[in-house]
Amino acid sequence: MTPRRRQLVTLVIVAVTGAVPWSTAHAGHLPLNDAIDGLASASDDTITESVAKLGALDDPQAIPALDALMDDRLRQGADGHAYLWSPKTHDTLDPLTGKVVSAPRPLKEVEVSNEIRRVAAPVLAQLQLGSPDAAVRLAAAKELSSGGAGEAAALLHRALARERDPKVHEALAVAIARVDLGSPDAEARLAALEVIGKSANDDFLSTLQQMLAPGDNGAPREPDPRVRAAATRARDAIVSHQRFVSLVGDLLHGLSLASVLLFAALGLAVTFGLLGVINMAHGEMLMLGAYATYTVQTAMHGSRFYLLVAIPAAFLATALVGVLLERTVIRHLYKRPLETLLATWGISLGIIQTVRLVFGAQNVSVANPDWLAGGVELAHGLVLPWARVAVVAFVVVVSAAVWFILQRTRFGLEVRAVTQNRAMAACLGIPTKRVDALVFGLGSGIAGLGGVALSQLGNVGPELGQSYIIDSFMVVVLGGVGRLAGAVAAALGLGVVNKLIEPAAGAVLGKIVVLVFIILFIQRRPQGLFALKGRVEV
Amino acid sequence: MSRLREMHTPRAWALLGGAAILIAAVIPLVAPDYLVPLLGKFLCFGIAALAMDLVWGYAGILSLGHALFFALGGYGMGMYLMRSIAGEGVYRSELPDFMVFLDWKTLPWYWHGFQSFPFAAVMSLAAPGLLALVFGWFMFRSRIRGVYLSIVTQALTYAATLLFFQNATGFGGNNGLTDFKRILGASLHAPGTRRALYVASAIALVATYLACRFVVTSRLGRVVRAVRDAELKSRFCGWDSTHYKLFIWTLSAVLCALAGALYVPQVGIINPSEMQPSNSIEMAIWVAVGGRATLLGAVLGAWLVNGGKSWLTAAIPSAWLYALGGLFVAVTLFLPDGLVGLGARVRARLVARRAAKAPAPAVVPSGPAPTSPAPP
Repeated sequence: MTPRRRQLVTLVIVAVTGAVPWSTAHAGHLPLNDAIDGLASASDDTITESVAKLGALDDPQAIPALDALMDDRLRQGADGHAYLWSPKTHDTLDPLTGKVVSAPRPLKEVEVSNEIRRVAAPVLAQLQLGSPDAAVRLAAAKELSSGGAGEAAALLHRALARERDPKVHEALAVAIARVDLGSPDAEARLAALEVIGKSANDDFLSTLQQMLAPGDNGAPREPDPRVRAAATRARDAIVSHQRFVSLVGDLLHGLSLASVLLFAALGLAVTFGLLGVINMAHGEMLMLGAYATYTVQTAMHGSRFYLLVAIPAAFLATALVGVLLERTVIRHLYKRPLETLLATWGISLGIIQTVRLVFGAQNVSVANPDWLAGGVELAHGLVLPWARVAVVAFVVVVSAAVWFILQRTRFGLEVRAVTQNRAMAACLGIPTKRVDALVFGLGSGIAGLGGVALSQLGNVGPELGQSYIIDSFMVVVLGGVGRLAGAVAAALGLGVVNKLIEPAAGAVLGKIVVLVFIILFIQRRPQGLFALKGRVEV
Repeated sequence: MSRLREMHTPRAWALLGGAAILIAAVIPLVAPDYLVPLLGKFLCFGIAALAMDLVWGYAGILSLGHALFFALGGYGMGMYLMRSIAGEGVYRSELPDFMVFLDWKTLPWYWHGFQSFPFAAVMSLAAPGLLALVFGWFMFRSRIRGVYLSIVTQALTYAATLLFFQNATGFGGNNGLTDFKRILGASLHAPGTRRALYVASAIALVATYLACRFVVTSRLGRVVRAVRDAELKSRFCGWDSTHYKLFIWTLSAVLCALAGALYVPQVGIINPSEMQPSNSIEMAIWVAVGGRATLLGAVLGAWLVNGGKSWLTAAIPSAWLYALGGLFVAVTLFLPDGLVGLGARVRARLVARRAAKAPAPAVVPSGPAPTSPAPP
């Protein structure tokens, strides 16, 4: 418990017990207004007194004013009344209604000393526990429950008695359990352990372990054997919950890694699989897509919907680079795959250096739009960020679109024809050279879309593509060349397996294990998971 | 005697001997002190280029893992250099400084024995060789070839780089091994030692060249080239391509490790960035610039590219990556046979013109003739 919090708690007690009679005697708007105006006083004593009065009144309407006091947003108008100052809009607001009012100028800032903050913080927490808004109550209860507010028990018990919302109720119960854990009464400790075990809140783990550990004299710290058994149960419950949470968390991380790999591998499956071309600059297409997103974001000044523009922009930009690449360099090297590898590596060096000169060598950060920020809490300690959900959904949509293009459109038909028999396709009037260029553009464009997805998950730097290129080649090799279903299955498998091995073996060993697995796998099935049946030379 | 004649014509032998004396005896006597380590570095790159040429030019295996073998050889030598000065580090401990820094109490088992130079010298060649042998056996056995093999070797190198970047691996993490003081009792900072290392590298380069030339002109060399150009046909003719490829691959890895072992005492540091996949690809471009399957061309290519790098990174640092990238594209598009191939082409044209002018007896071009077609 921090010193600040200890004082906070003591003051809650003063506020609650000492001033209660006063509050029952005057219940009306006048004392509330007076107390709030007192907050904006120039004298520290008056402010402290007003804070205590507000605590006694116990009226949640005072929350905005107290909040403003803590954040230095409280101002005193020339009429002596308190006003809230909004630094964003530069308006003055009424402290009770929150409406914009014109305060008589000049406004005076309220000097808030640390002493006042210490007094005000617990009163604020107390008022928040009484707030009609369940979310505010929950936040306040969580704040108290993680703090171990020993002396706040009375306050918490009172709040628990009138609490109806189940979530807040649970948070309050946990807060009380934390207090009761230190109680001399064994029954109270037992009841507290029951609550803790149910909540599976891992904040208690170290406390429980201390209880079970032997003390200085060799005997366990906890004297009562029943309580010890209960503590063991509660600890096991917490540990198994933790394990579950980390397993689910790893799976989700694996899924989002898999979707990024899939973006890179889909593009590769198209160019490598259909054209037989190794494009070492493919990772740079991811990077260019991410930088295109960054450019669009900057150009639109971080508008909420910049992503909707960035997606087509990234696709078109990278597809254009891809077509250019195919027309100028790669088409001369179709018969020499190893040289293609070297030439495209050289191109990737050029692209990286250009990006470095244009955007700087430092990472840039692309902000999530507000509708992708935050996440949903699936369980205690397990948050699923919306950005990751969106990336997974996006890759599903793009995979479906690629499948549709290749299997259900005229262009896809031409692509498959050229892949199977170039000469025959040319004889039938298919413009094979144009198909080559467009396929390359499509593959690069898909990687560009992957760049948009990557920009939502982390920072964007010139070397971004390099870290994905090897993994995505592994996906293509594992999945079988030119097989979209293989790429999907291999990306999923590699991504999830990678993240599942990581916690046990560490990130590096995880990668090595996966690599060894792939090498052994190729021994058994050189054609990959989803090989074409027939005499296809690998 | 006839075997020597198969390797080179008498005139080529004479030229080669002259060049060897120039590199190994004349240059170390006349070169200024500051230039000696740089030239010694180039000699090591020349050995690595020979190794790369052997495996890519003659066997058609574009390895993107040779930087790994190079660095492993370097680590073996680095371990000797660290262990030979035990007790003289910053911490005056028996353990290398970085282990003291990591609060390790005992030497990891794989560091034992490296205080002895012969052991370290053998290990820095044997360990990469063994890795290449095992890895290659798995790869060639399952007939992985072409770009697939390149990708898998790159993945191997990538994984090894990650491994060596870790402190827990026991090779100094991303700082690697450095602060060397003496080799075989001689101070590494003394000009005399540096010249001696240069001469050792020069002798190694000449010996490596002769060994490679011996291999590629042997029957085995011919089989390897046959496998490169038509693997299935040579299998049907009764040659087990796996064994031939495995031999060339492992030999090349050991030669590359030799280059690394000579490189480290001259530059004074070895760290995981040395084994990054991009370094392997740079080795490939040395060979491509000089001309594949020409051996001497590979050495020249290594020197030209690295000379250009030394000059350009000092003169216009931001242009180096463009130059390297442009080199990759230009060489693959316009110089498929490298500079040696260009020379041969120019010479052939000159000969043709001379023949057209005076229909005298035809002149046969001498020297190593890079007539073999480009590998797939």
